[in-house]
Amino acid sequence: MRDSFKQPSILPGFWLSFSYTVFYLALLVLIPLSGVFLKSVSLSWEHFWRSVTAPNVLAAYRLSFGASLIAGLIAVGIGFLIAWVLVRYEFPAKALVDALVDLPFALPTAVAGIALTSLYTENGWLGRFLVPLGIKVAFTRLGVVVALTFIGLPFVVRSVQPVLADADRELEEAASSLGASRWQTFRLVIFPSVRPALLTGFALAFARALGEYGSVIFISGNLPMRTEIAPLLIVNKLQQYDYAGATAIAVVMLVASFLILLGINRYQRYTRRYMEAS
Amino acid sequence: MATAAPALTARNSQIVRHDPPLVRWGLTLLALVAMGIFIILPLLAVFVQAFQKGVAAYLTAIEDPNTLSAIKLSLLTVGITVPLNVAFGVAAAWAVTKFNFKGKNVLVTLIDIPFGVSPVIAGLIFVLMFGAQGWFGPWLSDHDIHIIFAVPGIVLATTFVTFPFVARELIPLMESQGTEEEEAALVLGARGWQMFFRITLPNIKWGLLYGVVLCTARALGEFGAVSVVSGHIRGETNTLPLHVEILYNEYNYSGAFAVASLLSVVAVIALAAKKFLERKTGRVSQ
Repeated sequence: MRDSFKQPSILPGFWLSFSYTVFYLALLVLIPLSGVFLKSVSLSWEHFWRSVTAPNVLAAYRLSFGASLIAGLIAVGIGFLIAWVLVRYEFPAKALVDALVDLPFALPTAVAGIALTSLYTENGWLGRFLVPLGIKVAFTRLGVVVALTFIGLPFVVRSVQPVLADADRELEEAASSLGASRWQTFRLVIFPSVRPALLTGFALAFARALGEYGSVIFISGNLPMRTEIAPLLIVNKLQQYDYAGATAIAVVMLVASFLILLGINRYQRYTRRYMEAS
Repeated sequence: MATAAPALTARNSQIVRHDPPLVRWGLTLLALVAMGIFIILPLLAVFVQAFQKGVAAYLTAIEDPNTLSAIKLSLLTVGITVPLNVAFGVAAAWAVTKFNFKGKNVLVTLIDIPFGVSPVIAGLIFVLMFGAQGWFGPWLSDHDIHIIFAVPGIVLATTFVTFPFVARELIPLMESQGTEEEEAALVLGARGWQMFFRITLPNIKWGLLYGVVLCTARALGEFGAVSVVSGHIRGETNTLPLHVEILYNEYNYSGAFAVASLLSVVAVIALAAKKFLERKTGRVSQ
């Protein structure tokens, strides 16, 4: 049985490392996570449906999905621009800028949350210019989008950057020597080659934004029905010891983010095969 | 990008000639403004507000007993979480990269699961297991064992959230290194652990360190998951990020930003370490 499961190798430690990996994975991730699904199955369908279709829950889903979508799109635009400039141009302090792109990964979300809020309140560095113009960011849905864009930006930059760096420059030269304008070259040669990376970056940013909590709750102000995100409702339900309600909201979000990640996986495998074939 | 080969720079200079300076500088300026607004201003804001009431107020906020106990708890959490995930990461990477077995891809996918789970849900799953009304809740309370609203819950939730970091860094690295060196060591008579400590570990040390840096930064800064399981008991189950939240909600802004500045320094160190280690492992940002 062992022979058919694993190809022979002279290296030691397979069974030790394999069984430890599976044991630890099961104990810490798989069993606890399956608890959520077990719990949701134990709810009656009616109870489940009532929990996930309550008006404030629906409003939170709408905000979470909508703001994540918009933030993901903004992150794609800005992230592409930053990646483009980092790969193709030289400018002072480029290495520093490149390193800082990862700040949203490294900065604790609660710190990001209070920092962003302080920028956009009426007396904040940006708020004092925006608020007189009628653009309110702090404690509005726009604030949620800003926080989620911050969180999503590095996913896009880091997805696009290596692809842009590896892009075949000869193809571009060929295009321009055949008479294509800069814009045509960009649209017809460069953009198609980075499109899969942009989509991956978008999906990663979107998936992360859906579940994001720390950086959002400060700037959103958590106004019921207006700026409550879905993860916040889970926390609220738990604080009221409503485990069933919290679980119902969580299951919907888990399924959504797994579908997204599965989609990325499929798409990456598809494009890789396509690239290899061509 | 500093790790990119010289050839790339040479090609770059050709491209630079293609783009008219106006486009080049316009786009660069636009990108820098976007970076400034979205990334640099928030970071600056933390430090400026931390020192708004002067150095003395800053030090008072840091030396507060509640802050000190939060620092202690955060360090304790990191001290338990990171070694656990390092041991797991090395074991998982060894099994997955040095051997071929059925279901390998499934295993690799499963390791990534925590990245796709909202931190709040990561906290929720442990509340469902160990909370007062959870699966093991009654048994735990009979035996007077506290997991939720106590330190073990914080450690569990943090370990879950940072679970894939080390494995994720090691798997591609060890995949690219193959098995020849280890096989040679064995043929020359090395024992298993000898081979591991003399061959494998030196080969992966920078990648491993990189994983440790990422794992540490995230463990120190985790907020959502810990917030759900901690119960926010001041001086007892308050980690640094939770302490930031409490101070902020009490309108003690300079105190909140002072504590936040500590975490930001760690984040900046992590970024610098990342840059340094990327150079060492010779890989470009993922």
